[in-house]
This record gives sequence, structure tokens and C-alpha cells, in this order.
Amino acid sequence: MERNQMQMHRQIATIRKSLFDQGYLDEQFVQLEELQDNSNPNFVEEVVTLFYRDSARFLYNLDQALEKRPLDFSRLDSLMHQFKGSSSSIGAKKVKIECTHFRDYCNARNTEGCQDKLGPSRRHAGPDKSFGF
Amino acid sequence: MNLGSQVLVSKQSMMPSSSGASWNSVGAGDGDGNSSDQFPAGLRVLVVDDDPTCLMILEKMLRTCKYEATKCNRAEVALSLLRENKNGFDVVISDVHMPDMDGFRLLVHIGLEMDLPVIMMSADDSKSVVMKGVTHGACDYLIKPVRMEALRNIWQHVVRKRKHEWKDIEPSVSLDEGNQQQKKQPEDPDCTSSANEGHNCKTAKRRKDDEDEAEEKEHSSSSSKKPRVAWSMELHQQFVAAVNQLGFDKAVPKKILDLMNVPGITRENVASHLQKYRIYLRKLGGPQQSGTINPSFMGNLDAGYGSLNELDLQALAASGQLNQLPAQSLASLQAVALGRSANPRSISVPLIDQRNVFSFENPKLRYGQVQNRHGYNSNISKQMNLLHGVPTTMEPKQLAGFRHSFNGMNSQGLIPMTGQSQTHDHLSRRPVLSNGMVGNTRDTATAVYNSAASQVASLVQSTSLASSNSFPLRGSSGIPSIMSTSTLQRDGNIENVQNRPQNWGLQGVDLTPNPSQHTNNMQGGMNVLHHNYISDQNIGGSKVIISSGEGSWTHITDDPSPVNQPFGTEEYSQEDLLTPFLTQQEGVGQAENDFGFDWYSSSDNLPV
Repeated sequence: MERNQMQMHRQIATIRKSLFDQGYLDEQFVQLEELQDNSNPNFVEEVVTLFYRDSARFLYNLDQALEKRPLDFSRLDSLMHQFKGSSSSIGAKKVKIECTHFRDYCNARNTEGCQDKLGPSRRHAGPDKSFGF
Repeated sequence: MNLGSQVLVSKQSMMPSSSGASWNSVGAGDGDGNSSDQFPAGLRVLVVDDDPTCLMILEKMLRTCKYEATKCNRAEVALSLLRENKNGFDVVISDVHMPDMDGFRLLVHIGLEMDLPVIMMSADDSKSVVMKGVTHGACDYLIKPVRMEALRNIWQHVVRKRKHEWKDIEPSVSLDEGNQQQKKQPEDPDCTSSANEGHNCKTAKRRKDDEDEAEEKEHSSSSSKKPRVAWSMELHQQFVAAVNQLGFDKAVPKKILDLMNVPGITRENVASHLQKYRIYLRKLGGPQQSGTINPSFMGNLDAGYGSLNELDLQALAASGQLNQLPAQSLASLQAVALGRSANPRSISVPLIDQRNVFSFENPKLRYGQVQNRHGYNSNISKQMNLLHGVPTTMEPKQLAGFRHSFNGMNSQGLIPMTGQSQTHDHLSRRPVLSNGMVGNTRDTATAVYNSAASQVASLVQSTSLASSNSFPLRGSSGIPSIMSTSTLQRDGNIENVQNRPQNWGLQGVDLTPNPSQHTNNMQGGMNVLHHNYISDQNIGGSKVIISSGEGSWTHITDDPSPVNQPFGTEEYSQEDLLTPFLTQQEGVGQAENDFGFDWYSSSDNLPV
């Protein structure tokens, strides 16, 4: 039992490290971890869960907005801005970067670029999910 | 991002409420020892953000800093929370982009109504947005992701703001105030009969450490023993002459007093006046300017605007003659607009209590408000000061008067000057056109005047944007017509703004009165005035004004509640302010001699 737990811990630590190494997570995530304490033992989990729920909603909105033609760039931009804020708050670095790129495309009124970028944004949000708690 | 439509409000206290309260009410004398030891623990923070993730993280961070955090994901809810607990919070942190209300509007509201320090935050770190925060009066601007370190230091904004409030309030202790001050931290209900938030805020703000309180008592006791000195234009001129003669750096109250050789004023009067003057000059751009500005101030004023009245100003603005006015002239104009003029033939301006003058000088950005503030071209700011400067330092009474005067002033086309942005720009001392562009003083002044109408329009619009709820200015683009206002004022009525909503319509401008709750259909003029207040706020103008202004504004804009009340006490002051202004032509002297009008912003003569 203990060995299993230790193994799991090690696994988690490895995954965690890889996420940092690959740039999926950044310093901010560490801050979140530091906020976790005995009074809030599941703080990070709660926050990340909240984030995922929120991002699911966001992605849904994003999909809808992207289906419209012509693209409503200002709406896309504001959506992205929100998502960027959330993702940066939890330290989802890559997601945040993708959001920035997306917004650049929005600013440039680049329809194709936006579509292209949506894929990566989603993908990058994925690995965070895999960082299960 | 909202999780559904539920409004999320939860309050979690790290500290027992008593200690939290005691932290704020050190002055009250209860729990001093405990609260000061724990400071800034127990700081009551309200966090507003539509993003639940951020909200949660922030709340946790704040609680880790031992602050008392309340989170809220809707701006409207936040506002109502703040209104319900007048002194329930010390600082507000708000996101910029929110679906139900623009963060800046919320910022302005809070600054006006409660005069709390507001910190903006956003993932957006572009300079324009940050500048917007500054101009709207935010104390600070945090970039997401927000780190613990950033949150740890937010208490400084609270202290700073209170400190500035104290400074503003102190010199302006009046007989009335004296009583209040003597009272031990009156609770809100006990506050002035005007029952405006301003007063409440004021008294709340008065809760400082015992030292300040003692000082205040001293002040009040001393001031209550002697009548307030009315710094008339003549007196001020003498003062300025003395200062210039001595040299700005060497001007000490004693020497100034001797030079002035005016019976009836004490060294303390001169000292406080000097302090205000210094602040004012600093605001304008440094002591080196003081020597030049003031003389030219007076000089310009004497130049020929003696008989400038609101009508003239309006005409001037309309005709674009104002373009030719140098920046300083604008300041004079401002002064004139305010109704002040040193020359007998010039517009007489009601003397406003000294503190009024400086209210805008203190860029106390509640927020850091930002400056709240946001510097503006000195010239522009001068003008703006005129508008907003006046009310800022006014007591509720005076405030009422100011409102009237402002209305008048607005019509004069000064409004453009007092664009939101402008007022906020006090700190930067660069003229900020109402459209938000910052330019040179001269250029700006010229440009401003040139496009007075358009500026006003934009100002109005921007104002409405900022305060659409509260001001009928929304969407109206027009220059509030002083005419109507002045007319009213001329009557010497301190009608509540609400009574003459239509008067605000600016000539040639479509001011669509906002039929919303505002009893006072303060349109462009009011909006501008509002701006002034806001800017004042940002500037960290004297607390007095803001509070009173807020009080009145609050009533005007936000609550259907009796608007009259706040005006009750204000009327007097407004009348004072307006009367001189309006009745220049009639040769009415300074209506109220007991007001130290902010002659700083107004010079005696407007340059022709």
C-alpha cells in the first residue's frame, strides 16, 4: 500500500516536472501550490477543476463564435482575453501563449490564423487535464 | 467567465470582525493596540472578477496575507455590497473586463460614492489600458497573473489615501466641522445631517491614528475659536506677491505674513494657505512655474477678461476664440469660469474654502486612482481644476454651490478641458484632451478650445461611458449650457441639480437627458462636473470634496433617494460658488466670503 502510494507520488512528481519542462506550466502554478496548506488541502485541485469547467464553457463559446462568418473578431478577442486571464492565473503557460497568438490573429483580422490557432489552444489545455489530481 | 448566472458572493474572514473593524477605526479608540499590531492584517478587501478561477485564487491569496477577502463576480453586486456596508471595506480589487459592467466604470463609481482605493487588474498589460486605469483614478494596476507579493502590499494604498484625506480635511476645519471632529468617530448615521456618503466617508476617513485625530482636534479647537479666513482674490494676490518676493523656496509663513501686512490673519492661516499653494503649484508643474504662472495668472486675468462672465465664456468657446488663449489664460479662464476674478470688474467668484482649492491637488487616487488620477496638462488641468477643483475641496455645502457653479462653468466651454482624462492627468501635468490624447499644454489648450464642442461631446460621451448609470450624460454630446445653469444660479437658488435637469442642455449639442433615476438631469454639464469630481477623486483631491461630492453625486446619480438631502447643506456652498460666478456682470461680489475659493485655479483676469 505504502509502496503504491510512493509510486504514485513519484509518478505525479514526474508528470508534474515534465509539464513544467515542456512549458505547460509556469511559475504561477507554483504559487498556487504554495497557497495550498492544511486549511485548504485541495486548493490546487479545486482551482484547476474550476479552470477546466470554465475553459470548457469558454471553448464552447469560442466554437460558436468561430462558426460565424465573417468572424466577429472583437468578440473572439474578448473571449480570448478572458481565457488568457484564467489560464495565466493558474499558470497554464502554453495555453496563455496560444491565447496571445490567437489574439494577435484577431487583431490582424486573420480568419485562417484564428482557426488554426484554435487547435493548438485546445491541445495545450489537454495536457493540463491529464495532470490529474 | 461566469459559472452560470449565479452571483457568487462569499465572505470569508480571516480575522474576527471586531479586529477587522478596529483596524479601520483606530481613531475610534477601540482596539487600537490590537489592530495596530496586526496591521495590515484584517484589511477588508472586496474582489470583483467575473472569472471564477481568478476570483478563487485571489481570495485565497488575500486570505493568506491575512486580509479579509470578500469575492464577488458581478460588478453590480459589488456596488450594492459596498453601498450596504458603507465602511465595510477598505480596498477594492476589480477586474477590467467584465461582462456586466466595465471595470473602469465600476472604478469611477466606487471612487465617487465611497471613495475607496480601487485596484484594477487585468491580463491586459497594454499601456493604453493601464493609462486608462490611471486616468480613471485607480490606485494601482495589477497584471494577471497576480502574484502574492503584489497583493501583500495593497494596504499601502489604503493608508495613503487616508493620509491624504486627513491632510485635506485638516486645514479646512470649520466651525461645523469642528463639531464633527470633536465627535468621536461618529458612525455613519451620526454623520452630518446631509447624510451623504461624502460625509460618512469623511468621518470614516477621519478614523486615523490618534495622532491625526489629536491634530484635528487641535485644529478644530483652534479654528473654532477664530473665524475662517477667507482668502479673497486680493488677499491671495498679496500672498502670491509676498511669496514671489521672498522667492518660492524661501517663502515661510512668518515672512509672508509680515510682507502681506494684513491684519486679521495669523501665521497658521498663511501656513495652511501656503501648503495648499505649494501643492497646487506642484500639481501644475513645479515650483519653478509658480513664479511665472501666478503672475501671468493674475496678469492674464487682468488682461481683459474682467467682465467675462459665463455668457462670454460660452461665446468665446463657441467662437473658438479660446484657441488663442495661451495655456495660462486657460487657467485664468478657468478661474473666470469659476467665477473668480481678482479684478473688481472681473467675474467675482465665490470664495471657496481653501481646502477646496487643493482638493484636486492631491492626486489621491483612491485607486491609485491611479491617480486617481492621471495627470493632465497643467494648463488643461488648471482649467479642469477650475471645474473639478472647485468642488473637490468643498464641503458639502460648498459642494452644492460648486455644482451650480460647475454647471455654469461647463457651459462656458470649460468642460472640454475637464474631460475625464484631463482630470485624471493631474499627475502627469500634461494636457489631456478629452479624447484622451495627451499633448503639450499649449497645443492642447489650443486644440481643446478649438474643438471645444467636439471635446465636450467626446467628454460627455466618455463620461457617460464611465458613468452611464449615474449620469444622464450618456450618449449625450453636448456642452452643458451654462446659460440655463447660470440662470438658475443667478437666482441664487441652490436648486438641486435635479430641479433643473434640462438646463444642462448645451447649445447646439444634443444632450439627451437621461430619464433614468437621476433626479438631476445633469447632462453634459453635470457630467463634466462629474468628471471633475471623478478626476478630483483621482487626483486625490481633498477628501472633503469628494465625500461631499460623492454624497451629492451619489444621490444624484445612483439613488432615487432624496437628492435634496445632500444638497441641503450644499446649497449654501453652491450658491456661494455660483452666485459670484453668475453675477459677475451684476457686480456681485464674492458671494461668500467665508469660502476660500480656489483662486488657484482661477485667476483674476482672463487674458483676452
